[in-house]
Formats: sequence, structure tokens, C-alpha cells
Amino acid sequence: MLEIKNLQVKLEEEDKQILKGVDLTVEAGKVHAIMGPNGSGKSTLSYVLSGRDGYEVTDGTATLAGEDILDMEPEERAAAGLFLAFQYPVEIPGVGNMTFMRTAVNSQRKARGQEEMSSTDFLKLVREKAKELKIDADMLKRPVNVGFSGGEKKRNEILQMAMLEPKMCILDETDSGLDVDAMRLVADGVNALRDEGRGFLVITHYQRLLDHIQPDVVHIMSNGRIIKTGGPELALEVEKNGYEHLKEEVA
Amino acid sequence: MALPQPKIDALEARIAGLTLPEGGWSEAARKDALSRLTAMGLPHARDEYWKFTRPAKLVEAEVTPATVLDEDEMPIFDAFDRLKIVFVDGVFDAEASDDLSLEGVSIDRLAESQDIHWAKDIYGVLETRGQDPVERSLAALNTAFATDGLLIHVHGKPSKPISVIYRHESETSDAVLHHVVKVDAGAEATILENGPAAARFNNVMEVEIADTGKLHHVRAQGRDHERRAATHVFARLGKESVFKTFTLTVNGVLTRNECVLEFTGDDAVGHVAGACLGDGDFHHDDTVFITHDAVNCESRQVFKKVLRNGAVGVFQGKILVKPDAQQTDGYQISQSLLLDDDSQFLAKPELEIYADDVACSHGSTSGAIDEDSLFYLRARGVPRGMAEDLMTIAFIAEAVLEVEDEALQEEINARVEAWLARRRD
Repeated sequence: MLEIKNLQVKLEEEDKQILKGVDLTVEAGKVHAIMGPNGSGKSTLSYVLSGRDGYEVTDGTATLAGEDILDMEPEERAAAGLFLAFQYPVEIPGVGNMTFMRTAVNSQRKARGQEEMSSTDFLKLVREKAKELKIDADMLKRPVNVGFSGGEKKRNEILQMAMLEPKMCILDETDSGLDVDAMRLVADGVNALRDEGRGFLVITHYQRLLDHIQPDVVHIMSNGRIIKTGGPELALEVEKNGYEHLKEEVA
Repeated sequence: MALPQPKIDALEARIAGLTLPEGGWSEAARKDALSRLTAMGLPHARDEYWKFTRPAKLVEAEVTPATVLDEDEMPIFDAFDRLKIVFVDGVFDAEASDDLSLEGVSIDRLAESQDIHWAKDIYGVLETRGQDPVERSLAALNTAFATDGLLIHVHGKPSKPISVIYRHESETSDAVLHHVVKVDAGAEATILENGPAAARFNNVMEVEIADTGKLHHVRAQGRDHERRAATHVFARLGKESVFKTFTLTVNGVLTRNECVLEFTGDDAVGHVAGACLGDGDFHHDDTVFITHDAVNCESRQVFKKVLRNGAVGVFQGKILVKPDAQQTDGYQISQSLLLDDDSQFLAKPELEIYADDVACSHGSTSGAIDEDSLFYLRARGVPRGMAEDLMTIAFIAEAVLEVEDEALQEEINARVEAWLARRRD
């Protein structure tokens, strides 16, 4: 589904290499996790894939279902089926959550040459999905993420994911700022979306999220590279021994 | 102090073609206004109060022609049940207007009113009060030479808004209209104003609201890009009264909207708000002066400006709190969204407070569209242009929310959306 080859990325404003050749393939139907210490390049990877300004790809490729995404605008990547659940969802005062989601859903449908969803169908769908994530009507009415708690913001991300039905989901530290109950709710939301045709890339510092969203493959990232790949047991090893131990082992 | 010769010459040239209507109840007021005008002269670029807005096109002797639009592509307020009163190039159009009778309100025309009229106590009176401490000579010119206008006496609660519609059919029209609105105790009404009025438009509305009266004023200026307009609203608010005025401005090479509000009764509420969207050769000036001379009154000024391709926005807003106006709650915000480096926003917020138990705040900001928000919207599939439009509508929302009626809010947002969509790449 997502294929990254030798991806090298530097900051646009300064001569600082962040990703130094990342190779990663996430197959449809699989959940991959990336773990790694602060500053290892995990979030940069998610931003570069989703098309945020400020980064320059110096080498390598990234394709989504065979399509090169690195030259696409962020909205084109989204319409192609890429979804990034933000580590820090942005508050947008004045833009209603519903308006935002309906505009997003219909923009993507339009870009794919599909018919726009009617307001009635949209309302029905959003209410149904919101209920599963325990998002009340008030949260749907409020401006995007304004006045939302940390947990509410993350649930709102998952709701958008459920509404947009992407092919490839990247979750950037979705567990940060969540208590145990909120994490379970978010994880249930993600698990409900696990599907034969959909790939997941879960970025996290800690193993605990992976208790709830069980990965098929775990990668360890350090200093702009993936230094080790293994099964779920790799996450447990990190939890037990830390990253330093792994870095030494690889070195 | 004698007026300098160039100012005398400019004034003489400007009023050479105008005649002071004689007779009737307004004659004395008009003569007074003319003597005030003669003492003040017309605004000049060197006047402090006109520092940010060049008044030349508003005061020139010969009107610069303005192209007449073919048809209204989407007139605002059309879907609303309203009492329509139409002025074409400043001339009342009886055929296009509804019958002026409506329960709860009596409406006369300035040009046709009788020798004795209630408006005598207000006409030119509020304008005169508004001349201190800052001269507003265009308003004095208006009081002296206004050719027509509406005298609206609200004594009940009319079932629908009174809608003043301006039309522009002559390329060189120069309209001077003066409206007077009196709202009785317990009465409540909504007045709408919209449409291109003339190549040059000088409009004054004087508003007297008695204790517990309420008036909502919603105005839309747009489409006629080449117009030059100077408007003044002078309002005096009695005890527990409410006055809310909102103006949407899209396009316009030169618009100056002044609002002068005076609280004379306790516990009153006065809100002045505006949203403007300017693209290219656009200059929009909001100048507001609010005087608190009563206890526990609330004033709000909310102005939002969206500017691009070199458009210029100006805000001059002042709150004066007199010594006895305790428990005053004054709020003022003026913000601009600059969509490129060529556009400019000039703001002069002022507070002058002589009472010690007041809460007054003011803020003014200029900024671009927030990149993080833009990326968030785009990452969800919303194309850049549409994302910018959403952010723009969000930006002006605080001002639009000052319009009390939700249907009118929606109408305004729909107008703004249509304007943005037409300009989207």
C-alpha cells in the first residue's frame, strides 16, 4: 500500500538532514508501528508523507498504491487515500466541525470523480460514527477542536478517519496526552477500521498503545533511519531495555 | 479661527451647484448646518482625522464618474419579507417601493414632510453633537443639502424589516440622503440598507432610541466597485436601550463609514460592527467614536477586514468614558487578515477614560492565514482555495455574529462565500 524507498529529507530553512534513507513497505491489511526516541525523525516522516511545507526531499521515493505522492499537494494526497492523524490536532475557531468534515468528505469525493454526499446522508453517517466514538452532538457543532480536551481532539481525529475511509492511515503519537480510558476508546476506533484493504502506520514512543492496537510489524527508528524491524515482541523489548540498548546492538 | 483660503475655495467649489432647500421644519437646521460647514471647511488630506484616508474624491467639485452595473447578480436580502423603499441615484422611486404604511411604524420622506414634524428635534441635532471633539464636515454638508431621506418613527414592533434599497443608474450621480430614526420606549425594529447608491454617496442616519427601545441596523455595501461613499450614523441611546449596527462591505474604491454613539441613559447596549473584503484598488475606512455618559452601559466595536492585492483598510476607534460613567464595559477589536504583502491595515485605537470603575479593552492585530490551520484543512482533502475561504469566513465570524438575527447572519455569510468563490483561482 505504502512504499517508501531510500527517503532522504532535510529541513528547507537550514542544512539539517532529518531522514537519512528510510525504507519501509506497509502492505494493505497490515498494521506497522514505528517506535523511536525523541528526535529520531518519526514525526518528520509523517509530515513529509502528508505534504507539509518546510521539508525538502533530497532523495528517494514514496508511493501510495503505486502512485508517487511526493509531488502531490496535501489535498491530492488526501484524495488519493492518505490520512494523517495529527499529534497536535489544530484548533480552528470559526469553522464548525460539521462544516469542516462535510467539506473534507465532499472535496475528496469530487477529486475522485464521485458524487458529493447529500447533507442527509452525511448527517446520518457522522452521527452513527460519532456515537461509536462517544462524541456528542455538542462536539460536532463546536468549531474544529476548539475547547476540546486532549482526548476529545484525538477522538475527533479518529472520527475524521472513519468518515474519510482512507487507504493508508498514519497515526502520529495518537497516544500522547491520553489517559487509559481515552486510549482504549481511540484504539477501539482504530481497530474497527482495520480492514483487508487498508494499511496503518502507528508512530509512538511507548509500547502501551500497541497493547490496544496490535501491530503486525514493529520498526525502530533512530537518527533518521530504521535500525531494526521485527514482530510485536520488539516493542516489548524496547519497553524493557530502552532505545539505548538497541542502538548499541545495531552499532 | 478663520479658514485658510484654499479650504474656502474648495468648499465654495463643492457647494456651488447645490441649493439649500427653503421653508419647512428643517430650514433652520439646514441653515445652522451650513454655517457649521462654512466654519469647518471640507476635510483635507492634512487633517489629522483624515490622515489614513484621502478625502479628495469625496469632496471634489465634479463627481468622478462611476460605471453603472448591468444587473444585480444576486441582491442581498431578496428572500426576506421586508418593506422595500427604493432610491435611484438618491431620488425616491415610488413605483419600485412598497406602500410606506406598516403597523408599528410611521414613515415619511424628508422631501415631502409637513411644516411641523417630530424629526425637527433630531434632524441635525445629533449630527451637531457628533461634531465635538472631532469635526465631521461631510455630515454637516449632508444636513444642509440633503435632497431626501426617510423619517422613520418606530412606535411599536413592526412585523418586518424596513429595507432601504439604493440603485445606481447615472454614471455621474451625486446623492445626498439624510435619514432620521426615532424609536419609542419599548419599540423595536430592524432597518436594512443595501445597493449601489450613486457615483458619489453622502449618507447620514440619525438615530434616537428612547428608554428600552431597540434598533437593529444591517447594511451591505458592495458590487459597485467605483463608488465613493461617506456615511455617518449618529446614535443616542436612552436607558436600557439596545442599538446594534453591522456593515458588510465588499469592493469599493473609497468608503468611509463613521459611527458616533452616545450613551445618555444607564444600562444601555450599543454594538458597532463591520466586516469588509477588499481586493485590489480598495480603500475602506471605519471610524467610530463612542461616548459613555451613563452608568453600566456596554459598548462593543468589532471590525474585521480581509485585504488582498494591495487593498487598504483603516480603523479609527475611540471610547470616551466620562467621569460619571461608572461600570462601563467597553470592548474594541479591530483585526485584519492580509492575504499578501501588498495589502495594508492602518489602525488607531483610542481609549480616554475619566471614570475609575470601568472595564475597557481594546486590541488590534494584522496577520496572514494561519499556516497550521491551512495545512490541517488541506491534509483532510480540502483544496487550498476552499480552505482559505473557510478560514476567511471564520475570520470575519466574530463581526457577523454581532447581527442578532440568524437568518440575516446566514444571508451575509452566503454573500461573502459567493464573493470569495468568484475570486477563487
